[in-house]
Amino acid sequence: MPSLKDIKRRIKSTKNTQQITKAMKMVSAAKLKRAQDEITAARPYAEKIQELTLSLAAKTSPESHPLLSGAGGTKIGLILMTSDRGLCGGFNTVLLRTADRFIESRGDAQTTPAISLYLIGRRAMEHFKRRQYILLKSKNAGTGRPNYSAATETAKELIGLYLNGELDEVHLVYSEFKSALTQRPVVHKVLPISAEKTAGKNDTEPEDVEAIFEPSRDAVLKSLLPKYVETQIFRAMLESSASEHGARMTAMDSASRNAKEMIGGLTLKYNRLRQAAITKELMEIVGGAEALKG
Amino acid sequence: MANTFLLEIVTPYKKFLSTEVNTAAAPAFEGEIGILAGHTQYITILKPGEISYKKGAETRLIAAGKGYAEVGHTKTIIIVEAAEEAVDIDLAGAKETLAKCEEALITLSPEDPAYQPTVDEYELAQARIRVKEKFKG
Repeated sequence: MPSLKDIKRRIKSTKNTQQITKAMKMVSAAKLKRAQDEITAARPYAEKIQELTLSLAAKTSPESHPLLSGAGGTKIGLILMTSDRGLCGGFNTVLLRTADRFIESRGDAQTTPAISLYLIGRRAMEHFKRRQYILLKSKNAGTGRPNYSAATETAKELIGLYLNGELDEVHLVYSEFKSALTQRPVVHKVLPISAEKTAGKNDTEPEDVEAIFEPSRDAVLKSLLPKYVETQIFRAMLESSASEHGARMTAMDSASRNAKEMIGGLTLKYNRLRQAAITKELMEIVGGAEALKG
Repeated sequence: MANTFLLEIVTPYKKFLSTEVNTAAAPAFEGEIGILAGHTQYITILKPGEISYKKGAETRLIAAGKGYAEVGHTKTIIIVEAAEEAVDIDLAGAKETLAKCEEALITLSPEDPAYQPTVDEYELAQARIRVKEKFKG
């Protein structure tokens, strides 16, 4: 049976924890708002690049550019984006599981798949530290807003490896931001670029008049393709960061609620115990008085 | 209005501009191009430099990084890596970048993979300084 003092101490420590989780929730909410704004702000650029690239790519044969045609090998590069810090619910676990599953699905039982990893975020680094995969690079996700030049750099490195023939496919695992409450892990093929997506939506196509290209259509396409990869990676970074904050906010919200419940329970217990002690004391006094009356 | 067209400038961070303009000029791959309403379909690579547009009597200048322009009859979309109006340009910072790039270019050979990005950065810094100075004068 814990003493009154013990319970009091526990209430106090739970209150402290609650304060921290509440503060973290508030910080995440503010960061989430900013991350969401950034996604919205970055969307027009990404969409325009995508529109232009895919409509050009759809009109050219895939063989015309190495980034469009796959060499058909089995060397796979995987970019995995997680967060640096924990305390964000299942965010990282889900992403890591998705990555693991993807890797498993690529290799048969006998041979380990030739997977090279490009890890962003400390959680991913820790997860894959002791596993037998080739690490291309691992770096922290960094604090603050995702920055476009980081995406450029990543894209450049991967395109370089791809063109050298060291990688035959590049996939991206990140968390898609649906809402503050739901984030979905996604596996997305970055390279080779497939132009299939344009087939579905033809709403921008009617102005299909032959445009003039300067310097030439191939040159424009050639310079657009790496840009397209960059914007995809940048978008993934933005979505990832928004998802992280969303996940953390939800996790901290439920943590605060749990703490509140716990405090409630403990307070009840504390009051009961106190009342029991008072009753006991009273009984003793009354009992004593009765005995004296004798 | 038949003599205006929609000019949109987008950067990775935001939609920089979306407005009806009378004319626009941008540094295309093979020299500056001027765009009027009703321009034929035209897609080009843009070099870092100044983009200017005229809306009524007012002319504005923007320093922009490299990118693309997609010109249509009623709408022109300019997709660039960076864009800045004169007010936002940090002149000292631009001059510093310019000096740094100049130094780097002395040692780089044109075959170096870092050469082209440095040239781009150099040109962007130049454009920023020009835009800033024109704004003052």
